[in-house]
Amino acid sequence: MDKIIKIVEQQSGQKNIEFPNFKSGDTIIVHLKIKEGNKERIQKFQGIVIKRKNVGTNRETFSVRKISNGIGVEKIFSAISQSIEKIEKIRNGSVRRSRLYYLRGKYGKSASVKEKRILTSKS
Amino acid sequence: MIGIIGKKVGMTQISDENGKNTACTVVIGGPCHIAQIKNKEIDGYEAVQLSYEDKKEKNTNKPEQGHFKKAKITPKRKLVEFKNFLEEYEGENIKPGDSISLQDIFTEGDYIDVTGVSKGKGFQGVVKRHGFSGVGDRTHGQHNRQRSPGSIGGASYPSRVFKGIRMAGRTGGDKVTVQNLRVMKIIPESNIIVLSGAVPGSRNNYIILKK
Repeated sequence: MDKIIKIVEQQSGQKNIEFPNFKSGDTIIVHLKIKEGNKERIQKFQGIVIKRKNVGTNRETFSVRKISNGIGVEKIFSAISQSIEKIEKIRNGSVRRSRLYYLRGKYGKSASVKEKRILTSKS
Repeated sequence: MIGIIGKKVGMTQISDENGKNTACTVVIGGPCHIAQIKNKEIDGYEAVQLSYEDKKEKNTNKPEQGHFKKAKITPKRKLVEFKNFLEEYEGENIKPGDSISLQDIFTEGDYIDVTGVSKGKGFQGVVKRHGFSGVGDRTHGQHNRQRSPGSIGGASYPSRVFKGIRMAGRTGGDKVTVQNLRVMKIIPESNIIVLSGAVPGSRNNYIILKK
């Protein structure tokens, strides 16, 4: 049964975008294709990933939160969405939980996530 | 009515180029073999009998074996009749024993109806079975009857319960038709058809796809 559904998912035009390996707390830029009439342009949405659900399936979604002009904005993206051009990871976050709902309603420094330093061994 | 017999596989979602996701049901449809063509002279009505999915000959009783032998096909599990099939079918002339597959009948973008047997829910109350809203309040002195049907009729007149009053009982397991499901995709080499939305029944349920 799963094999048959896999065939459908592969053939239904779902390009598997090469996602960087991001997780909750990381800061990412989502490049979105926006259609305006016949024109198509790219819009960037930068923010902190506050959750990532159903990873590895075609039901995968992730939420990105940012503060825009003093107002908190959250967007939920579907991982199979064809309007996502690409995703860039620009910062690793150091967090201790997978759902960062505590960021909601916070502003300034308390709404930020500490950067995770990844040690690379010098050879 | 033309159509085909199929089997529900499961559900998934498909993303279109506008970034919109649609919930879809994956169905294996056909290939069906024509077991019999009924006509007015002999049977009293016109219909085409389609058959689907092989079964072993040792599991087929003798009268059925003869029925399939007449059409020169192997024994099948499911037989369904379609009326007015011959008039609406656009392919070349068909005869018993011919195979009919998905792409003979459906194309992508068609709106079709799907009939199947819904999942059985057992004995259910009126809230689930008929969509009653229950009593309403959980507090304000309400006793332990929050999902009860309430009154079922007058006591002095008519001092009986009318026929057809909706009550609790066996729910599900009915023959259900869902109309206007869009054909999202057809994959002919593996007999897969993808429909938008849900279809009745559980996985591996036999369903009838009608145009």
